[in-house]
Amino acid sequence: MSGRRIGGAAGTLRFSFDGRAMLAREGDTLAAALLANGVMLVARSFKYHRPRGIMAAGVEEPNALVTVGEGGRTEPNTRATDVYVYDGLVARSQNAWPSLAIDLGAVNGLFARFLGAGFYYKTFFGPPSRWMLYERFIRRAAGLGKAPTLPDPDRYEHRSAFCDVLVVGGGAAGVAAARAALAAGERVVLVEQERAPHLCSREGGDSELHGHHSLPRTSALAEARADDLRVLTRTTASGLWDHGFATLAERLVEPGQPPAPGQPVQRLWHVRARRIVLATGAIERPLTFAGNDLSGVMLSQAVRTYVERFDVLPGQRVVIATNNDDAYQTADVIRAAGGEVVAILDSRADGSANGDASTSTDAHVVAAHGGAPGLTGVTARVGGETRRFAADLLAMSGGFTPVVHLHSQAGGALEWREDIQAFVPGVSQQAVTSVGAAAGEVPPIASTTVDLPDPKHSFVDFQNDVTAADVDLAWTEGYRSVEHLKRYTTLGMATDQGKTSNMAALVRLAQTGGVPIPQAGLTTYRPPYTPLTLGALAGADGGGHAAPARRLALWGCHDRLVPIWQPLGLWHRPRAYPLAGETLHAAAMREARAVRTTAGIVDVSTLAKFAVKGPDAAALLELVCATGIAKLAVGRGRYTFMLREDGMVLDDGTVWRLGEADYLLTSSTGGAERMEAHLSYVHRVLAPHLRVSVVMQQEHFAGIALAGPQAARLLGQVAGIAPPAHMGLARGVIAGVAVLVLAASYSGERAFEVYAAAHDAGPVWDALEAAVREVGGCPYGLEALEFLRIEKGHIVVGAEADGRTTPGDLGLGRMLRKAGGFVGAQGLTRPALQAEDRLQLVGLVSDSPIPEGAILVAGDGGAALGHVTSAGPRVLESGAVAIALLAGGGTRLGETLVATSPTRGLRAKVTVTAPMFHDPDGARYRD
Amino acid sequence: MLLIDCPHCGEHAQIEFVYERTLDSIVTFDMPDEVAVARLYARANPIGFDDELWRHAYGCRQWIVLRRNRRSHAIASVVAYDPAMLA
Repeated sequence: MSGRRIGGAAGTLRFSFDGRAMLAREGDTLAAALLANGVMLVARSFKYHRPRGIMAAGVEEPNALVTVGEGGRTEPNTRATDVYVYDGLVARSQNAWPSLAIDLGAVNGLFARFLGAGFYYKTFFGPPSRWMLYERFIRRAAGLGKAPTLPDPDRYEHRSAFCDVLVVGGGAAGVAAARAALAAGERVVLVEQERAPHLCSREGGDSELHGHHSLPRTSALAEARADDLRVLTRTTASGLWDHGFATLAERLVEPGQPPAPGQPVQRLWHVRARRIVLATGAIERPLTFAGNDLSGVMLSQAVRTYVERFDVLPGQRVVIATNNDDAYQTADVIRAAGGEVVAILDSRADGSANGDASTSTDAHVVAAHGGAPGLTGVTARVGGETRRFAADLLAMSGGFTPVVHLHSQAGGALEWREDIQAFVPGVSQQAVTSVGAAAGEVPPIASTTVDLPDPKHSFVDFQNDVTAADVDLAWTEGYRSVEHLKRYTTLGMATDQGKTSNMAALVRLAQTGGVPIPQAGLTTYRPPYTPLTLGALAGADGGGHAAPARRLALWGCHDRLVPIWQPLGLWHRPRAYPLAGETLHAAAMREARAVRTTAGIVDVSTLAKFAVKGPDAAALLELVCATGIAKLAVGRGRYTFMLREDGMVLDDGTVWRLGEADYLLTSSTGGAERMEAHLSYVHRVLAPHLRVSVVMQQEHFAGIALAGPQAARLLGQVAGIAPPAHMGLARGVIAGVAVLVLAASYSGERAFEVYAAAHDAGPVWDALEAAVREVGGCPYGLEALEFLRIEKGHIVVGAEADGRTTPGDLGLGRMLRKAGGFVGAQGLTRPALQAEDRLQLVGLVSDSPIPEGAILVAGDGGAALGHVTSAGPRVLESGAVAIALLAGGGTRLGETLVATSPTRGLRAKVTVTAPMFHDPDGARYRD
Repeated sequence: MLLIDCPHCGEHAQIEFVYERTLDSIVTFDMPDEVAVARLYARANPIGFDDELWRHAYGCRQWIVLRRNRRSHAIASVVAYDPAMLA
C-alpha cells in the first residue's frame, strides 16, 4: 500500500518522474503529486544510497531532492516539497544507477564502516595514496544532482524596496502582524514562501483558512492600498543582515518552467526595513530510531498537510509516534480521510488527555522495517515489552523547533526552553521581533532519554547520512564542541543546513556528554535560509555584464585596426595590432622594433591625471610625493613616486608644473581611484589648511605617446612646434585641436605624451598615425609597451611595486627627500626596512626566454632567493631580459641563478645584472 | 549592509561608503617616528564602540566619522570629520 488521492479527480497537469507520465492537480507540490500517484521511493541518499521517500511537506525536506527541468533550465537538488507542479514538468531522481529501485551504489551501505564520521579528515592525514585510492570511488558514488552544462536561457533580476515593516511568513501570526502594521499606517512588505499567504499555517481554526483548495481570502490585507502593502509570494527571506537589510529570493516561475515572454524567472530583492517581524513558524523534529530514514516514515504534521491541503493520504495503515499532543490531531485527520490508525505510540508515561483506545504510553519506536518499496512495519518498546505493528506509514513527532535562523542571522541571542526542548529567540540586536511558533508558541514535549539499540542505522542528519553512531564516534574521538562535531561528521552541512537534524544531534551530544543541551551549544546560523540559485545571485550581472567595460576615447581609432583587446581593470586597451596572419608575439615584436628604429604611437589615455591648483599646490604635492617637488620650474616635469604610511611604494608617475600654482600629477591606470582617495585623505584629513584644489582628470583628456628616434621630427612636422626638451612641456595644435605635449619617455626612446580633450582627440591620433606610418612606424599596444619598459628597467605598480617594496628595494632610495615630511617618511624608519637581505630590484639576462613569475634559486632544489616580476625578449638583439626581486640583490650582480617555474615546467639559466638593459645613460632621449 | 546616516546626504546604504580607518590610527606629519609607527601597528582595537573615519566616496565624497559598535554594528552617531578630532 502507498499514498493515494482521496476523493476527486486525479488532475489535469501532466508531469513525469524518471520518465513515468503522471497527472497532478493545480496547486500540488511535486511531493504531493508523487504521493498521490503512489510513488514512495523518490531518492537515494548522499553517501549510503539508502532508499528515501518524502519526509516533510515544506522547505525542510531532507530526503526528496530531485532534478527538475531540462537543458539549460535544469535545476538539481530541488526539494520535491518546494516545487509546484506545472503542465509539462519533468523531474528526475538523483544519485542512483541504473535506477532508483535497483541502485548499485547501495553497496556503499556495506562500506558504512569506512565512510563514517571523520572519514575525510582521517584520509587526508593518512598517506596521500589512500586518498588517491578512495577519491575516484567516492566522487562517483557520493553526491547530489549534477549541475547543468548548457547555458541558462533565462533572465534573473535584482530589485530594491523599502518599508516600515517587513513581515516574514504568511501564516496566521504573520498575517496578523501585517494587519496590525497596516492599521497603524505603516508600509508593509509581506513575504510568503508558498503560493499565497496563510496556506502554511498550523492553526486549523482560523476561518480565513477554510477552503484550502482555493487561494485563501486575505480580506483584511486585500483592502490595503497597493502603496502600503506589497505581498511577495513564492519568496523566501534568505538572509537578514545589518540595520534591517534583508535579501529575499522570489520565484516568478517554478524550477525548470519557462517564463512568460520577457519576464525573469527569479528576482532577488534587497529590502531595507525599519523593523522586521519574523513569523517563520516552527519545524517538526524527527524521532531517532533505526530505519527512521525509510520511505514511509514522515513527520506528523506533514502527513496532516498532505491530507488537508492536497487530499492525499500518504499511507493506509498508520502508526503515530509522538512525544507531544500535537500528533493526536494527525490521528483524527487520518481517520477522517479513511485511513487506519494502527497505534499511537506516546513516549510520555502519562500520555495525553486526548488519548484513545489505540494509544500506548511509555511507548518508544525502536525500529522501522522495510526497504526500497517502503515501510512494512514498526517495532516499539511499550512499557517493558517489545511489540511489532504492521504499517505502511509512520507519522512521527519529536517536537517543534522554532525557525530562529533569521533572528540569529541578525545577531539576536537564543534562549533554551525546557518545556519545548528548543531554542527560542532571545534579545534582538536589531528591531527584529519573532511572533507565533517562531517565538516558541509550540506544543510542549516530554524530554525523554531513549536507548538506541542500533545507532548505526538511526539517522540524525538524513541528507548527509550522519547517524547517531557518527555523533558518538566523534565524541569518543574527542570532539566535544558542537562546531567540531559539525565539521567532523558533516552534520548540518547539507543543502538543508540541518533544519530537521541539528536538534536531534544536540540531544545525542548532550546525552553522551552528560551535559544540559544548552551547554552543548549551537552552530552559527548563516544565510541563505534555503539554497539560492547562482542565477539569482548574479541577477543581470552575468556574461558580458559582469563588470562595466570602460572604453577609450580613441576606441574607434583602435577598433578599425582590429587590435587584440586586453582588459586592464575595467578598461579595455589594445594589446597589439596584428597584421593578417601575424601572432600576438610577432605583432608586438614588430611594433616594439618600430619604436626602437623609427617611431610608434600608443594610447596612454588611461593614466590617472590630477589637476592640482592653488597657492599651496606644491605643498600638498610635497606631502603626497616622496621626491622633491618644490624646486620644479614652470614648464618642467619630473618622475615621482608616492608611499603608503608603512613606507612601501604606493604608486608612481610624473608631476608637471604647468603654471606658477598649477600642477598636473599623473599616476598609474590601475591605481587611479586609490590615488584619488589618497589625495583627498592627505588634503582633507591631514592637511585641511592647505589652499589647494584637486580634480581628477583621468577621462578628461586622451593621451597619445609618440616615441622613437623620429619622434621629435614628426612632432615638429605635425604640430608645427619646436619639440620640448626631455621632461619639458609645450602647447600646440594638431589637426586643429589644442594639445599639451609632455616630453616624457617610458620606452627609453625620445618620446612625447600628447594630450587633447577626450572628445576631440580622434583627429590628433589620425594625424600622428599617418605621420608615423609615413616613416615606416606604426601604432603599438600594451605588449610592445611592456617589452620596451622592461628593457629600460622601469618598474610597474603591481609587479615590482607589489606593496612590499620600499623605494630602497626598488633602487629609488636616492630620490627620497632627506628632510622627510611626506606620507611614509615615518614608517620608513622601521629597522626591518633597512635589512640588507631584503628583496631588491635586479635585472636578469638569459639566452632563452625567462618565465615570468618564476622562482629564483641558486640551483635546482635550492632555497627560493626571489622571483621574476616582469620578463620579455630583447627587442633588437637576441636573448631575453627580465627584472626581478632578489634577496640582497645589489650584492649579487654577475651571479648565475636558475629561474624555475615547476608548475609550468619552465626554467632558464639567468645572470644577475643591473635592472637596465637599454641605453643606461639615457642618451637616446636627450637631444 | 549598514545604513549610514551621512550628515550631508541623509541615510544611504553602506555600498556608497568606503571605510578608511579608526581615528586613533591617523598619523599626522608632526608625530615622532615611534608614535607614528605605534599608531599604525599597535592599535587599541576595542570590543564594542570605536570612532571610525569613513568617506562617502560614491556620494558627497566628504569624510565622516562613525561611532560604531564593531560587535553589533550599531551606529551611535555619524558626524562630519573635523581636524580638531585629532587633538
